[in-house]
Amino acid sequence: MTTKNTLGKAAAVVLMAALVSACSSNAAKEEAAAQAAAERAAAEQAAAAEAAAAEQRAIEKEKAMMMAEKREEKRRLMDAASAAGSVFYFDYDSSALSDDARAVIDAHVALMMADSGNVRLEGHTDERGTREYNLALGERRANAVRDYMVASGVPAYRIETISYGEENPVAYGSGESSWMKNRRVEIK
Amino acid sequence: MAQSITLLLLSLIYSSLAWGQLEIQVTRGIDNPTSIAIAPFAWDGLGTSPVDFAQIIDSDLARSGQFSPVSRRDMLSLPTSKEDIFYRDWRAIATRYLVIGRVTKGTQLRVDFALHDVERGIELFSGQVVGSEPEARMVAHGVADAIYEKLTGIPGAFATRLIYVSVTRNPEGKDFYRLTVADADGSRPIVLLEGRDPILAPSWSPDGKEVAYVSFESSRPAIYRQVLATGEREQLTNFQGLNNSPVWSPDGRFMALVLSKDGSPDIYLLDLETKALTRLTRHYAIDTEPTWMPDGKSLLFTSDRGGRPQIYRYELATGKIERVTFEGRYNARARVAEDGRNVALVHQRDGRFHIAVFDLVTERLTVLTETSLDESPSIAPNGSLVIYATKRGERSVLGAVAVDGGVKFSLPARSGSVQEPAWSPMLPKQ
Repeated sequence: MTTKNTLGKAAAVVLMAALVSACSSNAAKEEAAAQAAAERAAAEQAAAAEAAAAEQRAIEKEKAMMMAEKREEKRRLMDAASAAGSVFYFDYDSSALSDDARAVIDAHVALMMADSGNVRLEGHTDERGTREYNLALGERRANAVRDYMVASGVPAYRIETISYGEENPVAYGSGESSWMKNRRVEIK
Repeated sequence: MAQSITLLLLSLIYSSLAWGQLEIQVTRGIDNPTSIAIAPFAWDGLGTSPVDFAQIIDSDLARSGQFSPVSRRDMLSLPTSKEDIFYRDWRAIATRYLVIGRVTKGTQLRVDFALHDVERGIELFSGQVVGSEPEARMVAHGVADAIYEKLTGIPGAFATRLIYVSVTRNPEGKDFYRLTVADADGSRPIVLLEGRDPILAPSWSPDGKEVAYVSFESSRPAIYRQVLATGEREQLTNFQGLNNSPVWSPDGRFMALVLSKDGSPDIYLLDLETKALTRLTRHYAIDTEPTWMPDGKSLLFTSDRGGRPQIYRYELATGKIERVTFEGRYNARARVAEDGRNVALVHQRDGRFHIAVFDLVTERLTVLTETSLDESPSIAPNGSLVIYATKRGERSVLGAVAVDGGVKFSLPARSGSVQEPAWSPMLPKQ
């Protein structure tokens, strides 16, 4: 009983050894295959990364170009606005916008639509008439410019208006040559 | 340290003299002013009299345009009591009235004075005015008020004050503004507020203890009230848009003012106790420059709802609005006399802006001034004179004219521009 058992055990050991040796040769092959696959994957990954980076570079280049274009456009608008001036003039006791004034305001509106900055509109009058009525008249002028800007698409919250009436003249003399310079709205 | 304080004080005194001190020049009096002599007053007390009382009374009466004071050099005697008066001395130099006086210094100053009729050789009236020594000038003005009232039947308004805005132009940058209070004769100017931002529309509280005004110091217009004695001040409004034209109601409880926070400029009422705000006018036109009728039941204001600025009246009980002025294309910035009848305003004629008086009873409008850029009329509390601002060259100066147009004088500042004068109410006796 004992011998039989021993023999049986020996046979089992031999069998297992054969199996183990067969197994070990399979594992080596698989390992090599896996390594090759990993190498391929890494190469593919590297290629993909390279492609992505290139794409990114291209996007950034394009972005930078767009930014530059935008900056260029904004600079053009700023130049146009500053060329147009920042003062709009009015007739006596009037808050009606002249064609000249509208052209100037249009330049500023174009700039504001490409920008996010706020503006302050300061209304002024000439020295004729009473100071307190002139404060109201200066406000009416500033509001006329504001309303035109809002109608052109600028959000109202980006515009502040204030009237100085006849308190801040740019020309001090008494006569139409001074008065016409003082009846104005300044954009700041 | 002590030296630097002295220097600072000196510079303060210097600047208050240089800026805002007014000099009064009578440019037109009545045809036959009454001759009156104010003999130098006696002084009972240690040291010397703080001011020349007779000289101040003399200048006040001269400034009314109705009196021609006798020069001290021409006086043959200088009486200070009834017993010293020789009427023939005064008849010899064609004097109609004579004033004598004595100042006694106790804890306060007491002035005993008497008015004599030289022609009839009798004492017409004697009186007494008491006040503190620092207020010696106001005491002298009080004597002038009593004499003026005795001789004209109209209370004098010499012991009153003015507030005005003086401006130093700066073509290189921002102008410099000072809100100044001074005696009605231009003396003792005190700067209440100064800075590079506009100050506008000063007005008095009915008790003469406070002023209200608009200041742009926060870079936007806001309404403030300020106590004269302490300098303590309070911001009343600071809304989006206009905050303008504050005027106290005659009972001192409310302030009418102009706001444009709801769109266009409209008249509002601010309860000074509860701070509740009531909107009075609702119109897309400009409604501004409110002023109270003396009974406090209605307000006059300027509106261009008819196309051009004209004066309208708002009745508080009913909210009814009626147009008041129809003559001419521009009538604005009304101020009502204590009688509730004469309204001083700015009236445009032939392209020129004049001060005019509109009579609410007869509805007659009388132009008082010939200059062309006149504004900001304010009526003396006795209703006799209108003070206003006008242009002389590039400077703004003050002028005054009798409500009947008879007397005129100018109050040029030594330097800079002076604008927006507001005459105080009658002040409590010192």
